[in-house]
Amino acid sequence: MVDTSAPLLEMRNISKDFFGNQVLTDVSFSLHKGEILGLVGENGAGKSTLMNILFGMDVIQLTGGYEGEMLVDGKIVDYTSSFDAIADGIGMVHQEFSLLPDFTVAENILLNREPEKYSFISEVFGERLNSLDRNSMNEKSKKAIGKLGVAINSSMLVGRMPVGHKQFTEIARELSKESTRILVLDEPTAVLTEQEASILLSAVRSLANEGIAIIFISHRLQEIIDVCDTVLIMRDGKIVKNEKAQDLTIAQIARWMVGREVTHHADRRSFDYEHSSVMLSIKNLWVDMPGETVRNVSLDVHKGEIIGIGGLAGQGKLGIPNGAMGLFTAGGSITFEGKEIALNEPRRFLDAGMAFVSEDRRGVGLLLDESLDWNISFAAMQVNDKFLKKYLNGMLMWRDEKQIQAVAQQYIDALEIKCTSYRQKAKELSGGNQQKICLAKAFALTPKLLFVSEPTRGIDIGAKSLVLQALRDYNEKSGTTIVMISSELEELRAICDRIAIVTDGRISGILPAETPSEDFGLLMVSKRGNTEEKPA
Amino acid sequence: MSKLRETRGQKIIGALEKNAVPILFGIICLIGIPFSGYSLGYLGQEIIVRISRNSFLIIALLVPIMAGMGLNFGMTLGAMAGQIGLIFMVDWGIVGIPGMILAMIISTPISAFLGWMCGKILNMAKGREMVTSYIIGFFINGVYQLIVLYGMGSVIPIKNTSLVLPRGYGIRNTVNLITIRKALDNLLAIRFLGISIPFATLLIIALLCIFIVWFRRTKLGQDMRAVGQDMEVARAAGIRVEHTRIVSVVISTILAGYGMILYLQNMGTLNTYNSHMQIGMFSIAALLVGGASVARASIGNVFLGVSLFHLMFVVSPPAGKRIIGDAQLGEYFRVFVSYGVITIALVLYEIRKRRKAARGGLLLAQDQVDSGEVDA
Ligand SMILES: Nc1ncnc2c1ncn2[C@@H]1O[C@H](COP(=O)(O)OP(=O)(O)OP(=O)(O)O)[C@@H](O)[C@H]1O
Ligand SMILES: [Mg+2]
Repeated sequence: MVDTSAPLLEMRNISKDFFGNQVLTDVSFSLHKGEILGLVGENGAGKSTLMNILFGMDVIQLTGGYEGEMLVDGKIVDYTSSFDAIADGIGMVHQEFSLLPDFTVAENILLNREPEKYSFISEVFGERLNSLDRNSMNEKSKKAIGKLGVAINSSMLVGRMPVGHKQFTEIARELSKESTRILVLDEPTAVLTEQEASILLSAVRSLANEGIAIIFISHRLQEIIDVCDTVLIMRDGKIVKNEKAQDLTIAQIARWMVGREVTHHADRRSFDYEHSSVMLSIKNLWVDMPGETVRNVSLDVHKGEIIGIGGLAGQGKLGIPNGAMGLFTAGGSITFEGKEIALNEPRRFLDAGMAFVSEDRRGVGLLLDESLDWNISFAAMQVNDKFLKKYLNGMLMWRDEKQIQAVAQQYIDALEIKCTSYRQKAKELSGGNQQKICLAKAFALTPKLLFVSEPTRGIDIGAKSLVLQALRDYNEKSGTTIVMISSELEELRAICDRIAIVTDGRISGILPAETPSEDFGLLMVSKRGNTEEKPA
Repeated sequence: MSKLRETRGQKIIGALEKNAVPILFGIICLIGIPFSGYSLGYLGQEIIVRISRNSFLIIALLVPIMAGMGLNFGMTLGAMAGQIGLIFMVDWGIVGIPGMILAMIISTPISAFLGWMCGKILNMAKGREMVTSYIIGFFINGVYQLIVLYGMGSVIPIKNTSLVLPRGYGIRNTVNLITIRKALDNLLAIRFLGISIPFATLLIIALLCIFIVWFRRTKLGQDMRAVGQDMEVARAAGIRVEHTRIVSVVISTILAGYGMILYLQNMGTLNTYNSHMQIGMFSIAALLVGGASVARASIGNVFLGVSLFHLMFVVSPPAGKRIIGDAQLGEYFRVFVSYGVITIALVLYEIRKRRKAARGGLLLAQDQVDSGEVDA
């Protein structure tokens, strides 16, 4: 597969700083036709920045360019814009989506590359008056989607699709460019469920077999080992290892990434939830969330516990918090601290003292152009009038900057958010650090009950246990009850007291976290769900 | 979590809220009709007249909305260009349909230039297009007055003395367009159920509608929709964002010029210093009455809007007289209501936008739910 002749891409001694903040130092590597190169490193190690340089992104130019040189096909290149890179056959799927919500999948995939039907009017008024060839647009996008091995309706509006499908749409867009020979995927699997991820991985392999060189960034190290030929490990902007993937283990990679032994789990604890009162009672909940339908779920959440909700992708675990908060049409009843909470009204949910960190952080999470302290405190200010100095009996309210900054600093330290200061803009943080800001934002709300969905998505292996520990600490120190939804069973088992497994939209069982994984596995595949809680 | 689905109750309330303006006007008209004492035949005739007179102008507004630039208050620029075309037409003594065609030919380069300039300026004021285009309208009105009031007859030769003010230069307050009055309306006019239908005019409007529908499907139309949704994403895909926006304003301005000529051919007189200023306001108000918003307008909105808006003006004077005893009310209403509608529609739009933003963009998808395919 990997051909050993001249490299397709070579980066030599690349260095980059953002106004004095050295982000990349002397990075060199090469990439061959048909090779899959894994790029791993902690949040903020400089992976995305390196790829932005390769792709000629404007941010790089605007922040003073880079040092070192790049060679494509043996020729030195210097892309002044991403269009140069695209013309040279480089395709990139960014960590953030760039899709138009009101356009269909086909329209997005072929944006500005639409096949056109010739019309005589264009002879007079220019090519832009050719009409679009919708049939061939659909065909082309179907073909690109087909390469990925997924089923997505190409005439569906992107704004109405689940995140996983958006991700596939973005990749399909790169594949639909015939000239693409180097494909950069920046954390493509972060928003995907395990099944979707494995579909993607096999697609990546078959693309490589066709001769496309792929740079694959991921925090899921198993994926890296499984799919890549070579692995580049970055730490603090330097390449610390460049190894064949074959004989690597997760532990090895993690150690090189972090520079120390990675201890994985928070300690188990025993929490007697049965003797604590029921805080949230969900009765006969159904949720109409596409791809995550919930059917007749009843669940009691006890005060002070950390309860996990797990299950295979598409079975409905994500539907539960989304429906409870009212983001998707839902029915049934939810009682919180003895009071019934109206469904389908997010504000009621928040006012009652609950909060939700969504799995779709790219869509709704952050005010990218604002500073970190503002991002962290904004929701709390809106929802429960925190961080405000009140005068004249509350008639006049003033932001309490000192307090806002103190709180922001506190979370930046606690979650080890890599930034220059709380004044930095959210968009300047690396993806994983933005993720941590979302958590901090929810913590700052000081909810009585917190739903967190996929809290460690996009977080590096070293910081993962940190985030989990932070959730546990938060639960213990502030007494916040936590409902954690995750597709990673081991993560749930690490900090939850008990775990409910959702299968086919129903809870197929609830078991204490120390139950062996196999038993959970059985619940996940049990066909007929059972809504009654099994005694622990 | 990229979208918010509503319950059925919320959907109905949402639909009512979204269509509040047309519903309100529908109700006012329904109440007013019996009081006015007009026959349905008469009202039907009036609506046909207004549709043929005004729709072309209103359709001219659709293209910039498609490109995400909001309501093009700058359409008055096109109206001025059309008027200049008409003044020359009268001066040169070309009559009838050839005269109209001549006026259109003269107006085209003027409209295109003004539209291009307006588009350039609007690109410097992204996000504040409406206010800016409104102000540009005032500014160019000043230039227009300078040319028409001082330039014509002095620097620019005008032979026809009946056009010129007694002092020897400058165009009179009203220009008689008797030579083209209803030239198009009467062409191929047919009578149907006692209503006279200006077939040729309606045919042209129908052709314009087909043009708009076709235009949406062209590459340029697609680019405009993309630019309207997200300039950054469009730019990243290589679409020439600024250029596309300028083109949308140019098209709108040229169409507005033609629309103005069509409008004045029906009216038969040109109020040299007023017609264009009012027309922008009335066209925008009519479109909003038809249920359009700053971000979304369809051909359906145009015709519903013209019908409701003008029906109200037809019935309000006699109805006003019956109810309050004052026929002046109708005239007063006209201006008051147009400004009122625009204000309310803009405020509602802003409120909705804020509310959406405050909920973290969760409602983003909601707007498109019932709009279906025609969303620009
Ligand atoms: N536009 C910018 N301005 C200033 N600093 C930036 C900018 N973009 C990135 N940085 C900084 O560069 C460093 C590297 O960021 P980068 O996005 O490359 O990390 P990453 O390895 O992709 O991390 P993650 O795994 O979290 O996505 C970070 O410390 C980040 O704060
Ligand atoms: Mg990154």
